[in-house]
Amino acid sequence: MPKLITFDDIDNLATGSAFLGTGGGGDPYIGSLLAKEAIAKHGAVPLLSLDEVPDDAKVFIASGMGAPTVDIEKLCAVADMHYAVEALEDHLGYRATAIISAEIGGLNSVVPVAYAAMRGLPLIDADGMGRAFPSLHMTAFNVYGVSCTPMALSDEHGNVVIFKTKNAETAEELARPVVTAMGASASLSEYPMTGVEAKRTAVPDTVSAAIAIGAAIRSADKSIAPVDRLLATLRSLPYYGHAYRIFDGKIIDISRDTSRGWVFGRCVVQALEGSSQAEIRFQNENIAVRVDGVLKAIVPDLVCVVDLETAQPITTETLRYGQRVTVVGCSAPPQLRSPKALACMGPSAFGETVTYVEIERLLGLDPTAGGAGT
Amino acid sequence: MRIGVDVGGTNTDAVLIQGSRIIASVKRPTSVDVSHGIRSAIEALLNEGGVAAGDIHAVMIGTTHFTNAFVQAVGLQKVAAVRIGFPAAREIPPFSDWPERLRNAALGRIDMVAGGYQFDGRLISAVDEAEIRIVAGRIRDAGLSEVAVAGVFSQLNADQEERVADLIRNEIPDASITLSSEVGRTGLLERENAAIMNAALRPLAAKVGEAFARALIELGIQAPFFVSQNDGTLMTATHMQHFPVLTFAAGPTNSLRGAAFLTGRSDALVVDIGGTTTDIGVLVGGFPRQSSLHADIGGVRTNFRMPDLLSIGLGGGSRVVLGEAPRIGPESVGFRLAEEALIYGGNTLTASDVAVASGAVRFGDPSRVRQLDGAQVRSAMKCMHRMIEDGLDRMKTSALPMPLILVGGGAVLITEELAGVSETLVPERAGVANAVGAAIGQVSGSVDLIYNLQEFGREAALDNARARATARAVEAGADPDTVTIVDLEDLPLQYLPGGAARVICRAVGDLIVKEPAIA
Repeated sequence: MPKLITFDDIDNLATGSAFLGTGGGGDPYIGSLLAKEAIAKHGAVPLLSLDEVPDDAKVFIASGMGAPTVDIEKLCAVADMHYAVEALEDHLGYRATAIISAEIGGLNSVVPVAYAAMRGLPLIDADGMGRAFPSLHMTAFNVYGVSCTPMALSDEHGNVVIFKTKNAETAEELARPVVTAMGASASLSEYPMTGVEAKRTAVPDTVSAAIAIGAAIRSADKSIAPVDRLLATLRSLPYYGHAYRIFDGKIIDISRDTSRGWVFGRCVVQALEGSSQAEIRFQNENIAVRVDGVLKAIVPDLVCVVDLETAQPITTETLRYGQRVTVVGCSAPPQLRSPKALACMGPSAFGETVTYVEIERLLGLDPTAGGAGT
Repeated sequence: MRIGVDVGGTNTDAVLIQGSRIIASVKRPTSVDVSHGIRSAIEALLNEGGVAAGDIHAVMIGTTHFTNAFVQAVGLQKVAAVRIGFPAAREIPPFSDWPERLRNAALGRIDMVAGGYQFDGRLISAVDEAEIRIVAGRIRDAGLSEVAVAGVFSQLNADQEERVADLIRNEIPDASITLSSEVGRTGLLERENAAIMNAALRPLAAKVGEAFARALIELGIQAPFFVSQNDGTLMTATHMQHFPVLTFAAGPTNSLRGAAFLTGRSDALVVDIGGTTTDIGVLVGGFPRQSSLHADIGGVRTNFRMPDLLSIGLGGGSRVVLGEAPRIGPESVGFRLAEEALIYGGNTLTASDVAVASGAVRFGDPSRVRQLDGAQVRSAMKCMHRMIEDGLDRMKTSALPMPLILVGGGAVLITEELAGVSETLVPERAGVANAVGAAIGQVSGSVDLIYNLQEFGREAALDNARARATARAVEAGADPDTVTIVDLEDLPLQYLPGGAARVICRAVGDLIVKEPAIA
């Protein structure tokens, strides 16, 4: 019997996804309303681990593409996602037998639950990133040889555009203006793949990891500080295990600059005591954190800003002067750390000139030593 | 002269102000019938100040009445919610995620109709007049007259909401219609919730507004009255009757603004120690620093701008257990302090008893706490100061010491210097800071818009937002010469190549008060 995602898992999944979204990916709130509604109506969603997926499974992604600010006006819809998935099914000439998430960060990790519930299909306990990234081509699926296209993009009217491109970068480049024309909040089904391809390329067990992370953050247990509980949970998970409390402090400066849809910015955090400062660079998601000029963690490793007291994740859009935060860093899944993956979503993909160094090498091998820079 | 009134859950406070001078202040218990408490407070105030009713030019009222009524689901009217946006925004209907109790109290009907705008102003769908007529007929047949209309991106363009309201009025001439564009900001669910809350409260607002007006007339006050909004600025009585939801959270804002006025400080920490909790806020440029979090009102998600407040479980009535590691609060005897505290002859050791036992302050009967162990009392006092200091530190944005303004009845608990504070100010009449905040209210106008930066350019977009916010402030009654921009925020839309940005701007100015004919 596969595990099930139930109504009660959704808030944990949403919170865990907000953490793994490393500041980006959009507010999962709307997705969690859709998922709860869908589960209440259609029942719990079977969660298949990758090794339970049949080799010949027809695996489809249900996702959204657009601006989070627009999502909170137009609200997302499962039926819109079906326009995209169904069009891709028609194009390919076969039907989905399982759904997988494109990313496990933000909105896109919750809406596939709603979609799988509506279709009565299982959701695979895996995704294409083990976190969130801003571009279509920044996935393990792409890096390890699954084609991004054919893919289908749809709006709320059921207008559908099918893309067939030479590579995933081009798919990103061509899709983005169409998304804008569709009103900046569109549904997308990309990277259609078989069970074999999913097993070869996807990052395993990330849906259950997100639920565990969310449960750690939301737990009512007062015997341990929420940030410590979060770190303990991360350390119990296979690839987020090198988890560190990098810095505690107050936000004293935030600057944002936008260009072609990317919000480039930096956020400065001042230590609660002493003059030490952390600087976080973000491009929709958090990219790197430096403490007093010394690199402590860099993409694809995860840099997350959470509330110092509650461990609630804070998105780059809601960073505000004066917030008291903890900067948590943790290791990325190994699929994201290979030379091929680093070329696609490593530091250079985000304008950083430094060479990638794993967080555990930057901060010391024993993660429980933590606390560096605080 | 103006009068400021704060109608709280327990007390109704009133102050009389001339220019920047406070002439008199009074405190009276809040009555079940709110207007009665107001009348008795103002009556006492006029007596104390020795002022005739005819000398009053304006009355400003801050009230938590509507917040409390909503949270307790008292006096709510059932609402027909009409969402304009189909086929967008069709799967998460109005009233989603409301607590069942409030949903049962306020849900009349839900209709989702064609319409809505894209972020760039294009139509999602046109409004279908025939469809609206059918929906209006159903609303009428259900016997509903309070209607909340919310359209996708209506805060950018209210035309469709207005058109739908006209069409509904054609079918139901006496319909009372709240448009979401009148009460909310970006975020359809939150804006729609605000519109529904407003519609549910309107009948109550009409009654309360009339009762306020009657109370003033009975006192012989012919001056207009105004009501505090959540950002600390004022709206006219008529406006309040249409938009009671805008009074939510006015209380804490008034308290902070009052503290600023009483001390002449515009940048300071404000600590309001009550019977059960201590609220810590921050004044920046004379206005409360605002929270960036979603505000839940009775469990309903909204995006009202609320002051950023830290609440800690320490007040004059907090229960205390002495010992090596003293325990203070969060349980409190609350308003029963005058019966239950040791110094008043009761049997419960409270924070007030500890303060008296320390010898630093004197009230009640100090002989009743004489037997307490001196070292343990000192340690409990230290613990209370530490709790406040931790709270201050959490709210501060820099390590530099800042001025602190102490208000509220529990201010007596603070007897020593606090760390991180450059000076501590305890204003005279600190107990009526809320009413003072109401009295000094200004008027504001704000906009929350999305601009295409490639078309506009960033500076032109910001100028446009400033001009539109200023125009709204003047429309609301501000003296144009005094209007200034107090908030300007531009947030680029993420994951969108068009270079669009959301701009939030708020302008504030002094209210033009017309002197009565006989002054």
